[in-house]
Amino acid sequence: MTVVFDRPKSLRDVRTHYCPGCLHGVAHRLVAEVIDELGIREIGIGVSPVGCSVLAYNYINTDWQQAAHGRAPAVATGIKRVHPDKFVYTYQGDGDLASIGTAEIVHAAMRNEKISVIFINNGIYGMTGGQMAPTTQIGQKTTTSPFGRSAEHIGYPIRMTEMLAQLEGDNYLARGTLHNAAGIARAKRYIKKAFQYQLDNRGFSMVELISNCPTNWGMHPKESIEYIKEHQLKYYQLGEFKGGEEASK
Amino acid sequence: MAKVLFNEERCKGCELCTMVCPQKIIFMADRINKQGYHPATVEEMDKCTACATCARVCPDVVITVEK
Repeated sequence: MTVVFDRPKSLRDVRTHYCPGCLHGVAHRLVAEVIDELGIREIGIGVSPVGCSVLAYNYINTDWQQAAHGRAPAVATGIKRVHPDKFVYTYQGDGDLASIGTAEIVHAAMRNEKISVIFINNGIYGMTGGQMAPTTQIGQKTTTSPFGRSAEHIGYPIRMTEMLAQLEGDNYLARGTLHNAAGIARAKRYIKKAFQYQLDNRGFSMVELISNCPTNWGMHPKESIEYIKEHQLKYYQLGEFKGGEEASK
Repeated sequence: MAKVLFNEERCKGCELCTMVCPQKIIFMADRINKQGYHPATVEEMDKCTACATCARVCPDVVITVEK
């Protein structure tokens, strides 16, 4: 018997605290698989955000530092500049990266810091109770937009990856999805390329991953997958925006 | 022979694996695990092709696939 699929070694064999159907688990596994494949567990230092994934340090078996809300890229900058031989990555959600931490991520990308960022975009604040995020879809109901997000009142969802792709420099920016097996396989290739970018000492890399939040979207996990297909993926285009082979075509 | 193993105590019953199985052989068991969820399981194991699609979409890494 050969093992076709098993838990990656860099993912601790523990139960996660995430809700049923939450795709954070898939994102964690992909990061752990890539860390295994590149053999960087011993030099890896993660920076965890504020949000549901604050406890990522309990699951992915590298060294970790927890940062203040939104400040993970700033903390990662410090770690990478003091330890240029280490592999430094952040794992952030959209409330963290696209809202309170917008300045930190934009300036870390502008300085072309040699760090890698995993950005989980589920269009809502998960841990704090389902408030509207900058990435919430038009018409999407949250606890702070009970009648649905209105473009007139709040504006349109922010596309972080496209925004950062405008910056000059040798950086890597891609957006993948976690809602089906093909998307997950592609997302893993993006993560691997992003991590390799840092290992090759090239520059800033970020992979945005379209995710879900069944609990705060008020849906069964299966319905949340349909919601991603019908709404998230129509607004957020998938692919490599900078630094990849697809982008250079 | 293909074989999928479910770590049933880790399963949170989200049913994402049941959506993607091309053979449609995964279903939720009547029993309840220690976490209080109905775990995913397979009875007709001979129909499994070890494609591992279920394992790749599982957020809790419940599934191991052997061939």
